[in-house]
Amino acid sequence: MSKMIPDSLPIPAGLRGVASDWAADKQAFPVPWGKAMMWIFLLSDTFVFTCFLTAYMNVRISTTVPWPNPSEVFALRIGGADIPLILIAIMTFILISSSGTMAMAVNFGYRRDRAKTAALLLTTAAFGLTFVGMQAFEWTKLIVEEGVRPWGNPLGAAQFGSSFFMITGFHGAHVSAGVIYLSVVALRVWRGDYERKGTYETVEIAGLYWHFVDLVWVFIFALFYLW
Amino acid sequence: MDHAQGQQHPISIYLWIWGMLFVLSTLSYLVDYFHLQGYLRWSLILIFMLLKAGLIVSIFMHMAWERLALKFAILVPPGCLLVLIALMAIEGDYTFLTRLAVFLK
Repeated sequence: MSKMIPDSLPIPAGLRGVASDWAADKQAFPVPWGKAMMWIFLLSDTFVFTCFLTAYMNVRISTTVPWPNPSEVFALRIGGADIPLILIAIMTFILISSSGTMAMAVNFGYRRDRAKTAALLLTTAAFGLTFVGMQAFEWTKLIVEEGVRPWGNPLGAAQFGSSFFMITGFHGAHVSAGVIYLSVVALRVWRGDYERKGTYETVEIAGLYWHFVDLVWVFIFALFYLW
Repeated sequence: MDHAQGQQHPISIYLWIWGMLFVLSTLSYLVDYFHLQGYLRWSLILIFMLLKAGLIVSIFMHMAWERLALKFAILVPPGCLLVLIALMAIEGDYTFLTRLAVFLK
């Protein structure tokens, strides 16, 4: 056994695998470095968004003024009837769909289907752009019609505005950055860069970022809009 | 499966998860639409939220197929955040009671 080179040893699974991956004198994570780094970036971003959501929780618990009812604030009048949260629901479905097309793009990338990968990436970016557009509409409605400001609003607790603009603004910035990121990756797929490189891992790494943006929205939707 | 060579799974699994996410989102929207209140509302919202998050991370982000070492490195640290959330909830309650005591005098 001692004559064997380390690479040819079988890789253990489970807890023994954790010990061997971290303790052995070798690369800890057998994934492309870009993927490990993206995961670590997303981990740090998790902390950022959790801090925002925790701050929101704290001010909402501690305020003595009633919190505006999101169900009513974000209702839209369609065909003479107020439908609660309808815009937010549509935005949620759009973002989930973009996650679906992103997952397919990663899959077709690994199948070396250049045209479909690029098309699906652009579809994902288009969904993202639609999402940001609807968010811009939502912000405009809130600022212009409802008079919501970061320091106060006529609907109730003043902290509503600051929490809302901070959390959705930061998330919207992530979506916007993602749209640019995905467009660049789509262009490179189309040019055949990854064909020459021999791997489509870049598409999967971009996918991790995009799914994370969707993941954060799941928490914002539940904790800010539905609570 | 050779992870260094990338994640290759059948398309159908993504379509399934996509459908599940749609169903779960619809259900959480209906919680609001039918004006469910109290503990029923909060527990349903949290359950649907955690199910959606789990599906996205495990399948869409391929965490289910990664090695345990990477799973631990990414999924264990956010556990610290539960401590932060608990502390801030206690703190928020304390501030609320202090405000009641001072403002309502």
